[in-house]
Amino acid sequence: MARTKIYVPRETSAISVGADDVAIAIARHSKKSGTDVQLIRNGSWGASWLEPLIEVEVDQQRIAYGNVEPGDVDGLFQNGFLDGGEHARRLGPIQDIEYLITQDRWTFFRVGLIDPLSVESYAEHQGFSGLQQAIEIGSEAVLDAVTESGLRGRGGAGFPTGIKWRTVANAEADQKYITCNADEGDSGTFSDRMLMEGDPMCLLEGMAIAGYAVGANKGYIYLRSEYPLTYKILTRAISAAEHAGWLGKNIQGSEFDFDIEIHVGAGSYVCGEETAMLESLEGKRGIVRYRPPLPALEGLFGKPTVVNNVITLASVPNIIRLGGERYAGFGVNRSKGTLAFQLAGNIKRGGLVEKAFGITLRELIDGYGGGTASGRPLKAVQVGGPLGAYIPESQLDTPLDYEAFAEIGALIGHGGIVVFDDLVNMAQQARFAMEFCAIESCGKCTPCRIGSVRGVEVIDRIIAGTDREENYDLLVELCDTMEDASLCAMGGMTPYPVRSVLKYFAEDFAL
Amino acid sequence: MSVTNGYDAEVASKIVARFDAKPELLIQILRGVVERFGYVPEAAVRQLADELNLSRADVHGVVSYYHDFRTEPPGKHIVKICQAEACQAMGSRELTAHAEDALGIRMHGSNDDITLEPVYCLGNCACSPAIMIDERTHGRVNSQRFDELIGGLEADD
Ligand SMILES: Cc1cc2nc3c(=O)[nH]c(=O)nc-3n(C[C@H](O)[C@H](O)[C@H](O)COP(=O)(O)O)c2cc1C
Ligand code: SF4
Ligand code: FES
Repeated sequence: MARTKIYVPRETSAISVGADDVAIAIARHSKKSGTDVQLIRNGSWGASWLEPLIEVEVDQQRIAYGNVEPGDVDGLFQNGFLDGGEHARRLGPIQDIEYLITQDRWTFFRVGLIDPLSVESYAEHQGFSGLQQAIEIGSEAVLDAVTESGLRGRGGAGFPTGIKWRTVANAEADQKYITCNADEGDSGTFSDRMLMEGDPMCLLEGMAIAGYAVGANKGYIYLRSEYPLTYKILTRAISAAEHAGWLGKNIQGSEFDFDIEIHVGAGSYVCGEETAMLESLEGKRGIVRYRPPLPALEGLFGKPTVVNNVITLASVPNIIRLGGERYAGFGVNRSKGTLAFQLAGNIKRGGLVEKAFGITLRELIDGYGGGTASGRPLKAVQVGGPLGAYIPESQLDTPLDYEAFAEIGALIGHGGIVVFDDLVNMAQQARFAMEFCAIESCGKCTPCRIGSVRGVEVIDRIIAGTDREENYDLLVELCDTMEDASLCAMGGMTPYPVRSVLKYFAEDFAL
Repeated sequence: MSVTNGYDAEVASKIVARFDAKPELLIQILRGVVERFGYVPEAAVRQLADELNLSRADVHGVVSYYHDFRTEPPGKHIVKICQAEACQAMGSRELTAHAEDALGIRMHGSNDDITLEPVYCLGNCACSPAIMIDERTHGRVNSQRFDELIGGLEADD
């Protein structure tokens, strides 16, 4: 008889709430009772609020159990867990969980489903067929497909990926590079991590396709140091892919060579800015570069370089496999395709929701998220990380569309959505925006380096009620200067959250 | 597990060699030094500069730039509490105050056992508030859970 498959995520969030302990308890129990089970450490489906979410495979169906604690394991087995038995933790078949089935899973379609470290499991679910096809259709056709898909950078700036790749492809050089930005510094974001932990080979495949398209044989992943488990998983995935001939020399017998190396960052938010990341990849301080030159022409070690976010790259294999047009069929206006939204902070059902652009914040927060975790009224939502505006309840019907968000002075960024209830003091949040900029500024320009420190002081004075009017004017002036005279978005956009507080939550400043 | 053994130049040389003494891998090498010794001692700055053919100012510049490269020996365990927005929304400010009280140290401070450091997002924002103890991330950490986790450390030592 085949061994029963049990899935327990090996994913940072699941483990952070006990998944490893549950796995150990299951292994112990099956050893003690002599039951023959196969424990598979999958990625997380993204329903983080249900973690640890484990599954047992019964008649080709995976039955899910949520919020499982190690202490539940004996009871589960007593209730016929291996046959999908009833239990208070039982959620039913995984494919019936509404949170998951209603998503548009393009980039994340394998995450949760497969064994992330098994080339066979990956290949069973169309893994590497994008790269295979890329090599068959040639680099021009790859560039066309990516352009046609309308894919825009998911790291924050939303720059069209096809244009970036073509610039690098057209550059003449003896060496080009693909760099993957896995610095994921924005609060409220974890989609890069979930993809890398749950389907690491999809990123490797996307990078290889990029390399093939632009003529680069070397890729780097710049991974933030806060993700030690991700590092382990990626490292093992790279060697498994090399072993199977999907990385390295003459990939699958073709003329194409491609290697990937991981560099771990050292705790610096600005190193997520692409030129600071390149400096850091060269072993230097993460100071932002002036441009021109564009990294696409003079990037890593002065060579033409693609810099793309994890999700951007991981969206590519399916674009090649299914066609750019298919991807462009999702979304609205100039926001094509899907985005892996991340519901975080004070929200009942936090997790990852991949949906086509055009869904509203309210649909995400109420529909998927179920409102605040505290059950109190929602007061503000910060979208797009620490440089994103705080959005009031009245604007929750804004559709998630890059241009629609720009119009209300907000940001989609990397798709992080952080919910706050009515106990938040928004003056404190404005202060934090400035404080964070002061801590993380690379120091190259004065408005950012000094302006942010001054910003904290001025906000403190407003809060304390010292010369309120004057300090208010000073704060607005500071915001203007930072916006106008900063080299990058760190200094240039820190005013966004601050201004949004002044505009929508002025009462917290007692103004 | 973080170790704070005395500095050992030979071990540091091995770390440099592991990265083929490539100056562009300085950050990776410094990570290795911190992993091994818990911090970057002044002696390491001198040695790395020599062995990588960099100026001491270059190495210093990099060490001082990145938050991960502490220059003082830490306690036996490093406890990082996320201070970023998603965790704030779930009470990280209160958790931080509790931790400072319970451990009798302030953020960035150390006692013999524990160094307390801020961190800005652990990518665990759907299970906030989040903390990291040595290389391990914990989620949904309230004051009580925090005390349990710290108690567990003390029991292990
Ligand atoms: C301060 C700052 C931090 C950033 N952090 C990240 C990050 O962590 N990850 C990321 O992919 N992009 C980040 N970006 C955006 C990058 O500069 C760049 O636009 C992106 O990596 C390009 O890839 P994409 O076109 O695929 O989005 C950041 C930008 C700034 C200004
Ligand atoms: S705005 Fe700030 S982070 Fe960006 S280059 Fe200037 S000083 Fe550096
Ligand atoms: S904000 Fe704390 S883990 Fe992301």
